Amino acid sequence: MTSGALSQMNNAHKDYEGAKLGMWLFLFTELLLFGGLFLLYSVYLRRYQVQFHAASQELDVVMGTTNTIVLITSSWFVAMGVAALKRGEIARAKGLTLATIAFALVFLVIKYFEWGAKFHHGLFPGGAELATREQGQMVYFALYFAMTGLHGVHVVVGMGVLGLAWWLMHSGHSTGKDYVFLENTGLYWHLVDLIWIYLFPLFYLIT
Amino acid sequence: MAHNAQGEHHSPSYGLLTGIWLGLLWLTGFTVWAASIDLGFLNIVAAMAIATTKASLVVLIFMHLKYENWMLKGFVLMTFAILAIFIGFTFFDTVYR
Amino acid sequence: MNHESVQAGSFWDARGLASWLFTVDHKRIGLLYLWCVLSFFIVGVTIGILMRLELIAPGATIMGQQTYNAMFTLHGVIMVFLVVIPSVPASFGNIILPLHLGAEDVAFPKLNMFSWWLYAIGAVTALTALFTGGGPPDTGWTFYVPFSAVTTTNVSVAVAAVFILGFSSILTGLNFIVTIHRMRAPGLTWTRLSLFAWALYATAWIQLLATPILGITGLLIIIERVLHMGIFDPARGGDPILYQHLFWIYSHPAVYIMVLPAMGVISDIIPVFARKAIFGYKTIAFSSLAIAFAGSLVWAHHMFVSGMSDTAVMVFSILTFVVAIPSAVKVFNWVSTLYKGSIHLEPPLVYALGFIFLFTMGGITGLVLGAAGADMHVHDTYFVVGHFHYVIFGGTGMGLFAAMHFWLPKVYGRMYNKKLASWAAIILIIGMNGLYFPMYMLGLAGMPRRYYDYLPQFTNMHVAATIGSWVVLLGLVLMFANLWHGLRKGPRIGRNPWGAATLEWSLASPPPTHNFDTEPVVDRGPYDFRGIEPDE
Repeated sequence: MTSGALSQMNNAHKDYEGAKLGMWLFLFTELLLFGGLFLLYSVYLRRYQVQFHAASQELDVVMGTTNTIVLITSSWFVAMGVAALKRGEIARAKGLTLATIAFALVFLVIKYFEWGAKFHHGLFPGGAELATREQGQMVYFALYFAMTGLHGVHVVVGMGVLGLAWWLMHSGHSTGKDYVFLENTGLYWHLVDLIWIYLFPLFYLIT
Repeated sequence: MAHNAQGEHHSPSYGLLTGIWLGLLWLTGFTVWAASIDLGFLNIVAAMAIATTKASLVVLIFMHLKYENWMLKGFVLMTFAILAIFIGFTFFDTVYR
Repeated sequence: MNHESVQAGSFWDARGLASWLFTVDHKRIGLLYLWCVLSFFIVGVTIGILMRLELIAPGATIMGQQTYNAMFTLHGVIMVFLVVIPSVPASFGNIILPLHLGAEDVAFPKLNMFSWWLYAIGAVTALTALFTGGGPPDTGWTFYVPFSAVTTTNVSVAVAAVFILGFSSILTGLNFIVTIHRMRAPGLTWTRLSLFAWALYATAWIQLLATPILGITGLLIIIERVLHMGIFDPARGGDPILYQHLFWIYSHPAVYIMVLPAMGVISDIIPVFARKAIFGYKTIAFSSLAIAFAGSLVWAHHMFVSGMSDTAVMVFSILTFVVAIPSAVKVFNWVSTLYKGSIHLEPPLVYALGFIFLFTMGGITGLVLGAAGADMHVHDTYFVVGHFHYVIFGGTGMGLFAAMHFWLPKVYGRMYNKKLASWAAIILIIGMNGLYFPMYMLGLAGMPRRYYDYLPQFTNMHVAATIGSWVVLLGLVLMFANLWHGLRKGPRIGRNPWGAATLEWSLASPPPTHNFDTEPVVDRGPYDFRGIEPDE
């Protein structure tokens, strides 16, 4: 958590384990936040299996798979970045962090095109085309936008925090001896990746 | 293994991290391929199983949980268990209506 | 705050509004919460008194239907989210927990300040909902769809306020969990933790894991109203009962957020005034964890008549009986502690006894409501209203008052008039029974809740309840006036007026900002009174 890690910088008695525990606890809240949506998805999938399959065919598997690869790779970048920082390789850590941000941006751009295509074809809640489809498909798309939308918000926030982590290395606050901020940022980013690992098959691969 | 002022804190090697990345990529390809075969109800089971395998790699290695203390591991399991209960108990309603 | 009224050298020293609004001192943050909570409590009580005035006679008495709908919604939103949920943990949890641990503050002091600011911003947002848009929400504090999706009142802003307040609660829980794990003084093993700390620990896990579900539920209402997503709209394949599941998955555990810390206060008070170690320390500690877990499994007992499956009705009914067990264990252990103790009937104990009595009066009817067959008859009637007011007001409310009478002398360094405090407690106990017992009768006779009008046969019980509300009001006024006067102008006290054994009583009253001059080394349990006597 940003505030906790920042207070560590001012406090001579830093608690690395405590900061890490705090971050994991925050990740639990994120799991439960998305969990509510996964609960809705599960119930509706069972109720509208056929229509979910049909609606899923409207999604572009190539773009979805590409985005999955993009996000997994960005996770790899930040994990390598944390390893680099722990070894005192600041320049490498900074570069990997920038690469993570870049790939996050790629993810968002692909998402933008995906969503754009759906809006263009009227396949969104309230859209003309979707209004002609069965109810199960309406629910599918409502969930699609709600879940990928909330996920996208977390990607944007993650980019900001990664940027802050880069700046802390750049300004010498994060070092090979004090790396908990980047490590915690990495944990957050891996959670963002984790959620997509489940969103991808549930929306793109249930044809 | 890196030791430093913040204590003896294990850090996975670049090689291990890269290996996990490649494994995740392979599993992604595998799940896309598996989705192209009609297994009926098992499709979703397979997809979730593969996703959970990928998730485990991310949580255990990328997020370092494999090397953390048992209490934290317990908390992670507990959180997933609570979510499973929330979803599962809701099914007592929706499945039997 | 009169400058002369506090000894120099304490956490009160730093002056000025900024030193309070931007403080990272857990004691100041706890007090900020306490003052806000009590202020909103007064607002909530006022609304309640007005509602009871409306209900003294059938038909419109002092307000019309729409106004009444807004009143009970506001009463619920204010009391649940602005008062009761933060009440004990955010105020006394913040002030006392680090002291019980021998720590100089919580794990993340700046995050703690941020939590309070979220509470303040959430409160302002809630107030904004009253005076903007289509007026105050009329959905009830439960915001059920489909009405909450379509009503023209200001639901979105109110729900946004709830989201922000929820975040405040989550971060406090996060902070407390890390604090308890990481900041215990040497010698303070888990089995030497105060039961107040154990209660806060169990509560913190509920805050952490359950509140996010409220968060997503609130977001879904907002995007439903603003973007018309239709996730709960039957016309578009949605299921409104799923909203109820999501809502109660948080809101049932929320009642344990409300009551567990208050139970922790009682567990800390009883041994002190019985001069005897608590009976069954480990059982009580474990029961807090058991309540937190079991309480997360029973949410759909709020939904027996919603249209969900019979299977779910039976499963959730059985599980509801399970969660009563650890609660009852606490009551048995408290009473066992008093048995053959050396009883000192000081005000904290009087309020604690009031808690035990009133919580039991409410808890028993929880079993009636949990029995699905009986619930068919009393769901959405005044029986429910009586039940939850007994446990929340008679329970958590009295627990908060007990905490105030136990710990505020430590915080302010002065003592209030003890006789008056005890009399106020007795008046409150009588008043609460007068106010809420008739509600059980009304509910059994069929009077629905959230109705401003009713059939003539219900009049007598409503009159009785309204008179009860005035007795409660008298008790509250006496209690607050006594505390207000005593804590500012009463006689100064020493370190340990009650003769308690937990670490806060080793500090000056009020304590210094940094708490402990040297880190304490703990070699005794929290209820080990050997060699400890009250001051004087």
